[in-house]
Amino acid sequence: MTANVEGPAEAVSCAQLSYSFGATNAVDGLDLSVVEGETFGLLGPNGAGKTTAIRCITTLLPVPAGTVRVFGHDAAGEQMAVRRMLGYVPQQLSADAGLTGRENVALFARVFDVPRRERAERVGQALAAVDLEDAADRLASTYSGGMVRRLELAQALVSAPRLLILDEPTIGLDPIARTGVWDHINAVRAATGMTVLVTTHYMDEADQYCDRVGLMHRGRIRALGTPAELRRGLGERRRAEGTAASGALPTLEDVFRDVAGSGLDDKSGDFRDVRSTRRTAHRVG
Amino acid sequence: MSEAPAAPHTVSADPLPGKDIGLLLRPPRPRAGWRLLPARVDAMCAVELQKLRHDRTELYTRAVQPALWLLIFGQTFTRIKAIPTDGIPYIDYLAPGIIAQSAMFIAIFYGIQIIWERDAGILNKLLVTPTPRAALITGKAFAAGVKSLIQAVVVVVIAAVLGVALTWNPLKLLGVAAAVILGSAFFSCLSMTIAGIVLSRDRLMGFGQAITMPLFFGSNALYPVSVMPGWLQAVSLANPLSYQVDALRGLLLGTHAHLAADFGVLFVAAAAGIAAASSLLGRLAR
Ligand SMILES: Nc1ncnc2c1ncn2[C@@H]1O[C@H](COP(=O)(O)OP(=O)(O)OP(=O)(O)O)[C@@H](O)[C@H]1O
Ligand SMILES: [Mg+2]
Repeated sequence: MTANVEGPAEAVSCAQLSYSFGATNAVDGLDLSVVEGETFGLLGPNGAGKTTAIRCITTLLPVPAGTVRVFGHDAAGEQMAVRRMLGYVPQQLSADAGLTGRENVALFARVFDVPRRERAERVGQALAAVDLEDAADRLASTYSGGMVRRLELAQALVSAPRLLILDEPTIGLDPIARTGVWDHINAVRAATGMTVLVTTHYMDEADQYCDRVGLMHRGRIRALGTPAELRRGLGERRRAEGTAASGALPTLEDVFRDVAGSGLDDKSGDFRDVRSTRRTAHRVG
Repeated sequence: MSEAPAAPHTVSADPLPGKDIGLLLRPPRPRAGWRLLPARVDAMCAVELQKLRHDRTELYTRAVQPALWLLIFGQTFTRIKAIPTDGIPYIDYLAPGIIAQSAMFIAIFYGIQIIWERDAGILNKLLVTPTPRAALITGKAFAAGVKSLIQAVVVVVIAAVLGVALTWNPLKLLGVAAAVILGSAFFSCLSMTIAGIVLSRDRLMGFGQAITMPLFFGSNALYPVSVMPGWLQAVSLANPLSYQVDALRGLLLGTHAHLAADFGVLFVAAAAGIAAASSLLGRLAR
């Protein structure tokens, strides 16, 4: 709505974004453009810098002026405006175990300035949208992992964000809970038209649910396109090189392995990465 | 750059069958600047009260220590008459000190909660809401104040049961509430400041334990400043707890107090604490 006249607006743009923790260049010259209305998947091995990039976009980490924009607003200078447009679900399961589901959502209604008279109704709608009405008045400590994720989705949705940012929304969930989370993301997205930026390790999910994906490795995007484009691209290259496996079309996972080297389990993913991923898999509390 | 979404999603007829999510299509209107802070304080206090409602064990376990202080220390020293208290029974003299002490104990460990929230990702999520860091810290500080206030009510009731002659003047009780909340705001910010420096629960526990006793004994909570050695008097003069106790004594017992100075110091201390904790909050977000 703000940017160029033709075509949809840019929901997120990063221009040569870099962020270092001491000597670790977690994000290293990232260029990223998420178009309004799409579901964009940021993929990459452990330690690729996905979470760091997302923390830069959500204003959690300080960035230089002009490098990160959300719907045209600078994440450095207009933090409040950026935050008002965001719904954010971090990598960890982060509902407050000492509160009920409803109270968890109500907190976010309050801090997003939902007026008192419509608070209860709005909270109810957010809980209904993720099918948690029946469990709403139970403590979140009694929720399963999939329910916590849906609760977090409700927390993010209660402020009607234009951009939903999900950091590994299905990590540590069983296949049914994973499908459940994605079904709700897609239903809400279809109903509201919001933009979704998601990171994941699950290539099947990316293939199935993302309009476009960016494969990140060592702080930068190394391959970008629709899942079909990336698969086709790798297939064509392999055919040209004569290394194509007999007839089988490459999967997104092949593309992932191609980009990240064979480094799915060695090299990348230092101890901290593995530990934080494991912690995520635990339930709240 | 690659092309825009290959297949733009058609908004399906009814993605959430039978559900009204009309409100979720409209972002709430931002509150005007000056109303933001009270709204955030309100939100944080509401959460604190909700948590207390779900789990009251802390309320009960925390009542044990002050009860013992009043029951054993208070009654014994009332009989010994070793401490000059201007003619009031020692247990009466002690009661405001124990109210302040038990409120401080709650506040000084409040930073543990913020570290827990950080480890659980809750803090990150709150920081991605339209809540300036100072507003978040102020909200937390007052939430700690509310928790301490409930603790103070418990101690007042215990003291009353033990026969301490406290005021029931509502205006003075309001002043008591203000002193408890301001003091707790300071001590919780002290705790959150240390949290922002040490970044770990265990280390914060250590710090908390290391400073509570000096703060307590280096104040007028147990004995008047006049009986302290000179160096301890200097410590007491720089200790916000002393001003809080002075105010509580003046209001609850009607002893001679320096209310204006007491509230002035408490207010400035709380404001400085909020500023310090807010400036270090970024370290917890990193
Ligand atoms: N708070 C931190 N302090 C120090 N180093 C960090 C911190 N956060 C991330 N890093 C480092 O930055 C790099 C990128 O980490 P990041 O968490 O962004 O990766 P990721 O792609 O999200 O990985 P994962 O898939 O495991 O979540 C890693 O090398 C990591 O060790
Ligand atoms: Mg990550």
